[in-house]
Amino acid sequence: MKKILLAIIFIFTISGNGFAASEGSEDLSKNNNKPVNDCFEGLNRGIFAFNKALDDAIVEPLAKGYRKLPSPIRTGTSNVLDNLGNLITIPNNILQGQLGSAGINSLRLLINTTIGIVGIFDPATSFGLEKNGKEDYGQTLASWGVGPGCYIVLPILGPSTARDAVASIASFSGGDPWYNITVRNDTHYVADFDYYASRVTKGVDFRSKNIEAFDNLEKNSMDFYASVKSLYLQDRRQKILNSKRIIDTLDDSDWEEIETN
Amino acid sequence: MFFKVKFKISLTLFFLLSLIVNSHSIEPNEFVQKTVNRASEALSNKISTEIKIKKLKIIAKETVDIRGIGFYTLGKYRKTLTDNQKDQYISLFEEYFLKTFSDRLAEYTDPKVRVDSYEKLNENYTIVSSVLIATDKRPEVKIDWRIYTKNPENPLIRDLIIEGLSLARTQKEEFNSIIQSNDGDINALFSSLKKFNSK
Repeated sequence: MKKILLAIIFIFTISGNGFAASEGSEDLSKNNNKPVNDCFEGLNRGIFAFNKALDDAIVEPLAKGYRKLPSPIRTGTSNVLDNLGNLITIPNNILQGQLGSAGINSLRLLINTTIGIVGIFDPATSFGLEKNGKEDYGQTLASWGVGPGCYIVLPILGPSTARDAVASIASFSGGDPWYNITVRNDTHYVADFDYYASRVTKGVDFRSKNIEAFDNLEKNSMDFYASVKSLYLQDRRQKILNSKRIIDTLDDSDWEEIETN
Repeated sequence: MFFKVKFKISLTLFFLLSLIVNSHSIEPNEFVQKTVNRASEALSNKISTEIKIKKLKIIAKETVDIRGIGFYTLGKYRKTLTDNQKDQYISLFEEYFLKTFSDRLAEYTDPKVRVDSYEKLNENYTIVSSVLIATDKRPEVKIDWRIYTKNPENPLIRDLIIEGLSLARTQKEEFNSIIQSNDGDINALFSSLKKFNSK
């Protein structure tokens, strides 16, 4: 039922933005530089306020506590979660035709899970296999030409777009091997708890790395919701384009009119 | 003979003058490194936060195109402003910018920035790439600087792009959100700026 409801929201919200042109990277970059509609702004602001309260009460204190752990433990935890992330990145590398990256990430996963002891250490990088950017099903849909649809804020999970929220269903429908062996299938080695613990730890790990940045942004924003939305969408656009190039330089038109000296 | 000598003197003077003029122009990467060094020195001194903020504000006024950024952040609403509103806005924006800029930076102590390379986009803009070197408390951060080079003798910073996220763009989208939430009324932004500046 939940999936059907999400699919209906997806169709409704995507139809507002239309599908993107799918011919060539230039079209992709143009499509991804378009403003994303905030179709449910009132509701989004409400959920944002709820998430903020949850963050103040639970997540931020947890993140501050997590930060007190010795640095090697935090680095090891971060490495394990990063290694697990390859399980979603590799199928998406293949779906996007990035076969070279799929090969490198598979080798990284193999080496770090075995020699690196379930990913605590990162010997793959010392073997010359550098980290690649993460990929997910939302990025794959975008690379196939699907527009972002409306901007949405999900309870607990935070900012997203209609496309990315619906794409995440793929992870729970067989597209995430880690979810498959922990929650979907009953294995003797790992259980549901391991999956949910990894998701919560990932959130806390991310938050602990950004305590000052979040505080600073909140302190210096007149509309914190709008600032977070802008930063999220810029970051997402950059990940979809897999571009090292500065996104704002893709569209200089607004700067060109301004002359002050 | 007299004319020949006069011509030679003129030529020499012209040459010397052009040398002097050229010596005043500065490459964008050098400009960024000098600016960063100035800010870093101000932050590393064992002085009170208030004095640090004062010093940072002076540096910002000299090196950042606050007026240009101010107009950029208005986006499509820029064209709807009267001259009076423009003056009012720039005055409010400058106060807002200096307050947030110095507040953000004052929390850093002795930041080390390494300027790596630069790319000239066109006559008006160069992007300078740099890295805020990692410490025990935070990882390495990639910072790109959009430098306005229309006047090569006086380059100015127009944007900081941190790990690919543009501060000017974020500011523009925040301001536009405030105006849109108030049915396109620019005065709502002025009120928000006044309220923020008085905090």
